[in-house]
Amino acid sequence: MQLRKVTAASAAVLALALAATACGSDDKDDSASGGGKKITIGIKIDQPGIGLKTPDGKYTGFDVDVATYVAKELGYDAKNIEFKETKSQDRETAISRGDVKFIVASYSINDERLKKVDFAGPYLLAHQDILVRADDDSIKKPEDLNNKKLCSVTGSTSAQNIHDTLAPKADLQEYGGYSECLTGLENKAVDALTTDDSILAGYASQDVNKGKFKLAGFKMTNENYGIGLKKGDADLKKKINDALTKMVSDGSWQKAVDANFGPAGYKNEKAPKIGNVVK
Amino acid sequence: MSSVLYDTQGPRAKRRNILYTVLFVLAAAAVVWWVYDGLAEKHQLDWVKWKPFFAGTQAWETFIWPGFQNTIKAAFFALIIALPLGALFGIGRLSDHRWVRVPGGVVVEFFRAIPVLLLMIIANQAYSEYTDLDPDTRLLYAVVTGLVLYNASVLAEIVRAGILTLPRGQTDAAKAIGMRKGQTMVFVLLPQAVTAMLPAIVSQLVVIVKDTALGGAVLSFPELLASVRPMSANYGSNTIACFTIVALVYLALNFALTSFASWLERRLRRGKKSTGAVVGTGPGGELETIGAPSLNMDDGTAA
Amino acid sequence: MFDFLDGYDLLGAFWVTVKLTVFSALGSLIWGTLLAGMRVSPVPLMRGFATAYVNVVRNIPLTVIIMFASLGLYSTLGIALGSTDIKGINFRLAVLAFVVYTASFVCEAIRSGINTVPVGQAEAARALGLSFTQVLRLIVLPQAFRSVVNPLSNVLIALTKNTTVASAIGVAEASYLMKEMIENEAQLLLISGVFALGFVILTLPTGLILGWVAKKVAVKR
Repeated sequence: MQLRKVTAASAAVLALALAATACGSDDKDDSASGGGKKITIGIKIDQPGIGLKTPDGKYTGFDVDVATYVAKELGYDAKNIEFKETKSQDRETAISRGDVKFIVASYSINDERLKKVDFAGPYLLAHQDILVRADDDSIKKPEDLNNKKLCSVTGSTSAQNIHDTLAPKADLQEYGGYSECLTGLENKAVDALTTDDSILAGYASQDVNKGKFKLAGFKMTNENYGIGLKKGDADLKKKINDALTKMVSDGSWQKAVDANFGPAGYKNEKAPKIGNVVK
Repeated sequence: MSSVLYDTQGPRAKRRNILYTVLFVLAAAAVVWWVYDGLAEKHQLDWVKWKPFFAGTQAWETFIWPGFQNTIKAAFFALIIALPLGALFGIGRLSDHRWVRVPGGVVVEFFRAIPVLLLMIIANQAYSEYTDLDPDTRLLYAVVTGLVLYNASVLAEIVRAGILTLPRGQTDAAKAIGMRKGQTMVFVLLPQAVTAMLPAIVSQLVVIVKDTALGGAVLSFPELLASVRPMSANYGSNTIACFTIVALVYLALNFALTSFASWLERRLRRGKKSTGAVVGTGPGGELETIGAPSLNMDDGTAA
Repeated sequence: MFDFLDGYDLLGAFWVTVKLTVFSALGSLIWGTLLAGMRVSPVPLMRGFATAYVNVVRNIPLTVIIMFASLGLYSTLGIALGSTDIKGINFRLAVLAFVVYTASFVCEAIRSGINTVPVGQAEAARALGLSFTQVLRLIVLPQAFRSVVNPLSNVLIALTKNTTVASAIGVAEASYLMKEMIENEAQLLLISGVFALGFVILTLPTGLILGWVAKKVAVKR
């Protein structure tokens, strides 16, 4: 008899596991929420100020605001937008497969990517910069990073750029995410965090981080954020460009910049002209 | 525990033990205080960093629960795919035919020698180059593939051990009533071996659950560990708090599995109807051998 | 055919893997033996500590432990383990994390070895008037070690593979290099093959040699 109990107990555990798995996959049910056509847009979900999934399950950030505005201009209600995380290395795949209609995810326009996807925009000109502690005045130019500890995320080229050209003696720390770098920066285990100034401004603008960090203001590269879409879809590209132009002219663009990056004392570039990629 | 290693304690030994206990407590307290003080000084224990987990359930619902589901999903699929594969190779290694036994052994030993992390990275790249999977599915497949390749070879060894633990009399009796080799395996040995292996299989599940974290750390598969990333981005980079909470969730899950495995093992050992053959487990997935002479098992593999 | 290796320090990466393995193995052997000693010691509190340690550490993913070492010990508590540059600090933190994790498996292996030593051995030792530490050090552990060479060699092989987790905090060992190469070069199969072979070369002889040693030193009873 005890054999049967044992088997039953094992079966129960397996069934529990199965149940947990099953209820994870029922969020694709979009037939019920009535009316209107749907659109799926790719964003980042872990970058404050750019694209962030908040605890209430909603999304915030500059990219999200831009995406929502553009979608509205294309005729999609805010409630019919489905945001989907597109990780940096998956962006081209997601577009070419048609998983997303377009991608607004701190996506810089470059020649390598132009071979695979088309870009509308640019809608923001960002630069590689560094974030330092608010009370740290020892880093005034990129060369001051020599003998300093510099943090970035694994696989990113920004830290490597600094190491190769500007400050060969900079000591590099790599983590899976920016948050780990920020913990190190806050506790003085590293001296600077490098990536695009828009992302850095997003982190520095968070309520809990206010007053702790500042941007150094080095414009080390030009990052032209564009909206990635399927190669050859000229119609969609034109519509998105028109939407972006309107967003700038009616003041929504500046409002979104101020709301998302403002508190960090981030001096944004003027809204870029459509099609004007700054090398 | 009255051990054979020391005598029943007299008054002097008791005093000495009390002294050791006090010293140990003091040392432990000093370490705990030092950690506490260090964390507090760096504001890592501030309420604002921990509040999301204790005030309200949003952090759990939005970040931890979906991650937990993905962990369970990957672990579950890995186990149910690896089990039949493992059984196949395990039985293959016991075959009387050299041409079955040797290749089976080579495959098993090969995949046991390669870190799961490497297998996951390779699988991910292979899927992205040779298939047209959507990125989310691809990550799940890559993680499950890595886990299956490694764990099938470990389960093969468990199956082999399970069959070898059975008393020889079982095979002899089956032969005596005229059963063929296949029949002996399917009707006599396997059913008993499966029962004997259950605790070891549940313990292997602990190893699998721990290994899913590799997919989160290196491939950004959105499992429990990877849920730290969007979570800490929201709560002002409270990475220490996030990792602590996630570690506790892993601990609770694995502790439940481990306890279940030892409960199973105890029941089976006590059992009167079975042969009493059990492939044992240690806390957290260690395998001991009881009766199987040639079991050669991994310990504490995480990668 | 192997020109894809140009510009990559393959041997250097595997050398880091080997160094991680060797230092972690030595550390975890020492700490694991101490833990095993505590688990059978007459002081109840130490027994409790060792048991709790093993149960907690074995149920947490190694990746989490290594993140704690980096973010908790170094970033927050400022423990740099005597190194000043990030490369050195991360290497030492990784070794520490591997020791913490692997020691729990070493402890369990040794404890099972202690159980194989016949009761009469310990009784005879006590009859001679040896103390607990003497019984353990002179009589029980030497025999226990001889019977756990095989389990310990499995722990060592697992440790070799586990060192790949160090890439999570940016230690440039073999898996770190492989990920970089696989993303930048086209020859997926060749690169995977080379790295898989590297690990087979590292782990297979370990198993064979220690298996032979296990047979040589086994206590014939």
